[in-house]
Amino acid sequence: MKPFEQLVTDHGAMVLRVCRLLVGPGADAEDAWSETFLSALKAYPLLPLDANHEAWLATIARRKAIDLLRKRSRIPLPAEHLPERPSTLGIPGHNDDELRQAVAALPLRQREAVALHYLAGLPYAEAAELTGSSADAVRRAASDGIAKLRARYRVLQNSPEGALP
Amino acid sequence: MTSPSSPDLLPARTEGVRPALPEPLERLSIFEGALLEQLHGRLESAAREADLLDVAYTTIDSPLGPLLLAATSQGLVRVAFANEDHGVVLAALAAAVSPRILRAPERLAEATGQLEEYFAGHRRTFDLPLDRRLSKGFRLSVHRHLPLIPYGSTESYAQVAAAVGNPRAVRAVGSACATNPLPVVIPCHRVLRSDGSPGGYLGGPRAKAWLLGLEAAA
Repeated sequence: MKPFEQLVTDHGAMVLRVCRLLVGPGADAEDAWSETFLSALKAYPLLPLDANHEAWLATIARRKAIDLLRKRSRIPLPAEHLPERPSTLGIPGHNDDELRQAVAALPLRQREAVALHYLAGLPYAEAAELTGSSADAVRRAASDGIAKLRARYRVLQNSPEGALP
Repeated sequence: MTSPSSPDLLPARTEGVRPALPEPLERLSIFEGALLEQLHGRLESAAREADLLDVAYTTIDSPLGPLLLAATSQGLVRVAFANEDHGVVLAALAAAVSPRILRAPERLAEATGQLEEYFAGHRRTFDLPLDRRLSKGFRLSVHRHLPLIPYGSTESYAQVAAAVGNPRAVRAVGSACATNPLPVVIPCHRVLRSDGSPGGYLGGPRAKAWLLGLEAAA
C-alpha cells in the first residue's frame, strides 16, 4: 500500500479543483478539501489494494462538498454576518469573484458532471453510477455545463466591473 | 546547518490520458500551489488531533546528504540515508507500521534539532523517545547495546558480540549493524573490525569515516 502522502501529492490538486467547482472557490472549498483528505486518511488502511485512488478521492470530495452545500443552505446566516466567510488561507488581494459567479450560475447536476468527468477523469458511466443518473444524462450535463461556464465566463471577462447586472 | 529539503521526496505525478481542461476550468487551478501547501499543513495538524497520523516524516539536509526521519506517536522509528532510497523506505514503513503516513516536519522538530547539534559537534548523546519496533530479537539486543559505547570510542564486532552475551555471533552483530533502523542516533558507526579497519556501514564507508572523524575531533 502506498504511503498516504503519495495520494496527497498525486491528487491534492484534483481534489481542490473538484471542491472549487462544486462549492465555489474560497473557504468552503478549502474546508471540503480538508474534510476529504482527513476522512480518506481514516478509511485508507481498509481500502482494497486495487482501488482507483483518484476515483475514490473524487467520490469523497463530492460527498463532502454536497454536505457543505446542504449545511450552507440549511443554516440561513443572520443578516449582520457577511454572506461569505473570508478565507483563512486564501491569497490576500486575490479576488475570485468572477469564477465564483460563473460556478454559481451552473446547476449542481452540471457542476457534478463537469467535476467528475473533466476534473477527476471518471468515464461518463462511472460518474452516472455515482450520482444516480445515466451515462447519457451525465454526458449532456457535462457538455452543457462546460458551454455555460464558457459563455458566462466570457460575459464576465468583458464586463468592466467583472460583475453581471 | 540543516534545513528541511524539498517536499517532493515521493515521485511526482505523471499525468495520465484524460480530457484536456476546457478553458474556463483552468481558472480552478489558480494559486493552487501555495494554497495546497497551506492545506497540507492544516491536514498535518488535523490528522494529529484526530490521532490518524501513524507515521510522520521529514527530510533534512545533513553533512552526510539528505536524511529521512520518521516517527510514530511513540518516538523516532527510522533514520535513513539517501542511498537507501527514501521512497523505498517509506513504502516499507507503510507495510511494517501503517500506510497512514504524512510529511509532517513539526513532529520531527526535536529530532531535527538534536541531529543538527550533533553534526555541528555540539551534542554527544541523543535524548529522544525511540520506537524500536523495527528491531527484533538478537538485533534488538545489539541495538540496545550500541548507545552504551561512548561518543568518540569504538568497539569491535567481537566485543559487541561478547557484550550481548553471545561471543561467537560476530557475523550476526555485523548484520545487526547493517540493519540498524536508526543510524547515527543508535551509533552503529562506533563498531569496527577487530583489526581496526572500519568495516561496512549502511550510509557508505565515507559516511562512517566522517562520523568517526567528527567524534575523534571533539
